[in-house]
Amino acid sequence: MNATNWGLERVSVDFGNAHALQDVSVTLNPGTVVGVAGGDGSGKTTLLRTLLGLLTPSSGGVDRPGGDDVGYLPAGSGVYPDLTVMENLKFAAGAYGVRGDEYRVARDELLERTGLDKAHDRLGGNLSGGMRQKLGLAMALVHHPRLLVLDEPSTGVDPVSRSELWRLVSEAARDGASVVMTTTYLDEAGRCDAVCVLDEGAVLLQGPPNDLVAGIGGSVGETTSRPNTRYAWRRGASWRVWSPDGFDSSSVRPAAPDLQDAVIVAALRRRVAA
Amino acid sequence: MMLADAGGVSKRFGDFTAVDGVDLTVVRGEVVGLLGANGAGKTTLMRMLLGLIRPTSGRVELFGETITPDARRRIGYVPQGLGLYEDLTVAENLEFVARAFRIDPPQLGDLASSKDALVRELSLGLRRRTAFLGALSHHPDLLVLDEPTSGVDVIARSDLWETIRAAAEDGAGVLVSTHHLEEVDQCDRLVVMAGGRVVLSGTMTEIVGDTISGTERIERFERRFAELAVA
Repeated sequence: MNATNWGLERVSVDFGNAHALQDVSVTLNPGTVVGVAGGDGSGKTTLLRTLLGLLTPSSGGVDRPGGDDVGYLPAGSGVYPDLTVMENLKFAAGAYGVRGDEYRVARDELLERTGLDKAHDRLGGNLSGGMRQKLGLAMALVHHPRLLVLDEPSTGVDPVSRSELWRLVSEAARDGASVVMTTTYLDEAGRCDAVCVLDEGAVLLQGPPNDLVAGIGGSVGETTSRPNTRYAWRRGASWRVWSPDGFDSSSVRPAAPDLQDAVIVAALRRRVAA
Repeated sequence: MMLADAGGVSKRFGDFTAVDGVDLTVVRGEVVGLLGANGAGKTTLMRMLLGLIRPTSGRVELFGETITPDARRRIGYVPQGLGLYEDLTVAENLEFVARAFRIDPPQLGDLASSKDALVRELSLGLRRRTAFLGALSHHPDLLVLDEPTSGVDVIARSDLWETIRAAAEDGAGVLVSTHHLEEVDQCDRLVVMAGGRVVLSGTMTEIVGDTISGTERIERFERRFAELAVA
């Protein structure tokens, strides 16, 4: 890794006998957003905590900038419920040593961009889920960090607030930050420049979303009755089905797979192989 | 017959109108997706359909009649918080539900290996499966699911959808609220709420067209959603 590329290099983290992360590498480049996807307990938060230096890996290397160059939005936003929007922002700025004119410029810009300017004197505890996450993101951005780490920024956030959060994250990347975010939504992971899908602490799939879809291998088809294979999953009223060597049945028509299908195929193949 | 039928239903709390003249139906065998921003009125509408709160005006019927206490026995409900007893085991939770409905406890299937585990010790995916099994054990005619799959991995999510679709194929009607836009493709029909009203409804094909990939469909849907939900 060179000086501006941060990330994890073949990192494993053990808690007692449990392997929370196994041999995971993630490279974070300036100007790009990397999505870390997976369900509850897959290792997403362990990956972020290791990147932040809050956990020590059992093996492997971690490369990150100094503390003042990292912005972190923890799961649940990190917003103080008893402070107002403005006080929360001022507190975060103070913690990073952002003061005076520099603070006022950053504050006004962030309040405007997040649409929180109209709510600047509202208590953190009285914000909706979407507004709270936007404030948490503003707090993580107030010192213009070069590495932005977001733990499930859109969980519990409605789709409208999600697209606003996504715009703020894209803008931070466009301004040159390296962004890494965890998510359980694969449509959201699909918008990242690269995605790392974790399953039980190990990498299930990794790469740019389009490459992962193109690289499914074999064929994905759609059919209306339960196919007699373990490689089948529901998509609405019909079934999706995967086969390594195509379909000879006329009841299966070809389907255009997406990232969701790519992840399901990889997970089913791993499950069948185990 | 309509399993659930709301006609011009409204709910006001003081000066605040949470649900404003909404029509919604669920028939046998279909999965209806309910979407909307926080505060759009989804939960209030669901609570009226469950008979937990009374509408200020309009009509809500279950199974062809005004909601009776007996209607509750024909509903399976999985709330967002799952409604499980954390300090009881999987088997004890299901037994408890079975007694309330005076039925035999359900077959545990793939939960058999976890039957003696306390619910609080289970992964979120297994907790969700337990809640589903409990809600389905009395073979409800109407299944109401509030964000049933959030937080779980893609296989657990796909297993849960298999269960939901199987219930619909057995003749149940399903009303499911979700924030996962990728799940709109799992529903037969969608109802989008904003500001207490229904702003969009129909099949995915009616809303965004047919001949495009899943990713494009979801992106188009999200754009339509965002336009309407802020309007």
